[in-house]
Amino acid sequence: MSYYDILLKYKDLPFEKIFRELSPQKIERSIHSDTQDPERFLASLSPAAEEFLEPMAQKAHALTLMHFGRTIQLYTPMYLSNYCENECAYCGFNALNKMPRRTLTLHEVEREAAFIASTGIEHLLILTGDAREKSPPAYIKECLKVLKKYFSSISIEIYALTEEEYADLARSGIDGLTLYQETYNEAVYERVHKSGPKKDFRFRLDAPERAAKSGMRSVNVGALLGLSDWRREVFLMGLHAQYLQDRYGEVEIGASLPRLRPHAGDFKDIKEVSDKNIAQTLMALRLFLPRLGIALSTRESVLLRENLLPLGITRMSAGSTTRVGGHTITSPEEENTPQFEISDPRDVEEMKKMLVAKGYQPVLKDWMQI
Amino acid sequence: MNMEDLLALGGRSIKSRLLIGTGKFSSYPLMKKALEVAQPDIVTVALRRVDASSKTDNILEYIPKSCILMANTSGARNADEAVRIARLAKAAGTGPWIKIEVVQDQKYLLPDNLETLKAVETLAKEGFIVLPYMSPDLSMARRMADAGAAAVMPLGSPIGSNRGVKTRELVEILVREIKVPVIVDAGLGSPSDACECMEMGCAAVLVNTAIAIARDPVAMAKAFKDAVSAGRAAYLAGLAASGNKASASSPLTGFLRNEIL
Repeated sequence: MSYYDILLKYKDLPFEKIFRELSPQKIERSIHSDTQDPERFLASLSPAAEEFLEPMAQKAHALTLMHFGRTIQLYTPMYLSNYCENECAYCGFNALNKMPRRTLTLHEVEREAAFIASTGIEHLLILTGDAREKSPPAYIKECLKVLKKYFSSISIEIYALTEEEYADLARSGIDGLTLYQETYNEAVYERVHKSGPKKDFRFRLDAPERAAKSGMRSVNVGALLGLSDWRREVFLMGLHAQYLQDRYGEVEIGASLPRLRPHAGDFKDIKEVSDKNIAQTLMALRLFLPRLGIALSTRESVLLRENLLPLGITRMSAGSTTRVGGHTITSPEEENTPQFEISDPRDVEEMKKMLVAKGYQPVLKDWMQI
Repeated sequence: MNMEDLLALGGRSIKSRLLIGTGKFSSYPLMKKALEVAQPDIVTVALRRVDASSKTDNILEYIPKSCILMANTSGARNADEAVRIARLAKAAGTGPWIKIEVVQDQKYLLPDNLETLKAVETLAKEGFIVLPYMSPDLSMARRMADAGAAAVMPLGSPIGSNRGVKTRELVEILVREIKVPVIVDAGLGSPSDACECMEMGCAAVLVNTAIAIARDPVAMAKAFKDAVSAGRAAYLAGLAASGNKASASSPLTGFLRNEIL
């Protein structure tokens, strides 16, 4: 059994027809129902549900308060390497993009770590491009030895690994995995991933499950909204999260809502995803999976992040940069191109202030090495 | 009440039968105010949230010094992790009180009684004052008490659900049968739920979400404090409905005894 089997089941689901046939009454019942299922989830993602965003917001807010309280966990990303063998049409690290490539030395990792830790951050997300030789699991483990001195909890967002590799990293102290499928539409996936190891749709699709089996504490899935019709994408991502939650009860399952941002590439076929669509996505996910961790990154604007805050968000990044070593660049030689442009440049202190002003407790530490 | 009604727990005499959890508050200063109003003797803190290195964000700085600190093992997925967290808590100086939480189910956050029992066995032997959070199961509660648990903490309904004492029938059995104090933990959504537990004869209740996410957590903390006192007073006064407790004197059948004499 793999999530792929479920994906195949829904492959030819006539979304448009289902959406057309939804009555307002059915949508309302779906929103207010205490038990959720894929059918109700789909109803809350429908165009017609846009008429019910306020009641959806009310319920999403209440559910989030019940399960997570008035707290938001903060984390900071750290880019270790931007070497990449893939040609992903939407990404700034695309192997064909002419740009300075770097992998941080352990000394540089320590410098970045000391800076990020000085902002009070305890939860770190480390990222690399998809180039195993340039940043192999052994390199990640070396970095980990340095990083553990500075942070309570460290997660990875790197190329897909085998279950043994995930287990090895989990034993070394990696708590969580973030890995976006980018798109659950296999044909679009094939098209936008022109070459490189990431082309293997199945290997990537099953990676979150391999991590869940490996002993990691948290696993975070995501679809890059804008690559394909967002309603289908969010539906299939939600089912992916549910699949993992049902099978790996001890793992905290999360989802992210990354929206395609301008990047150093030539991919222009971006499907429109409006702020309203992002809000509906967030609320539908919260109604469907009340205990799901939901992250909102600095891809989104200050204003949107603040407005979405009460509707289901549980984690936010702060003090972000998408450049390698970007927190502590000191010389022109170290300059490099960001993976994508961020829209919310606020540092940790500013994010904390905003959360407090909004009536939320910024949670900097929510786990430790045990 | 003529005599002061104290709860003997972990070698201490506890005045307040309202224990308070510290997650989910919008800020530590607000939590502190709620604690000052509710005046609990025992406050539980997730070790995972304790950031002793931070001056402004260290939760322990916001807990009144008069309170007994009970670290909890939130995040533990098995007995081994719970034991390790408990030892870390002790090393961090939070004292010998530990609430064991072992959850293998992130969807409902329901406790794993078997792993919890194993952690009780280990930690009680190590000298911890152990209070296990559990699903109300009589044989498991017995085993935990026999293994040295200072109290058992059955859930009223799932954590954060605010649904009240849905497990009432089972908790009542524990109250009757288990020799250590029974403290209802989780799911109490309103002061009346807490009052209901106390009327049933529970030794105490532990409340977090219902206070933390109330519109006015400080006023709600006071409401819970009052409800717990009222429920306890009603229990001591001998609620007719509580039924299962023998009265000190037998006003209806006393004559039979007199006859024999």
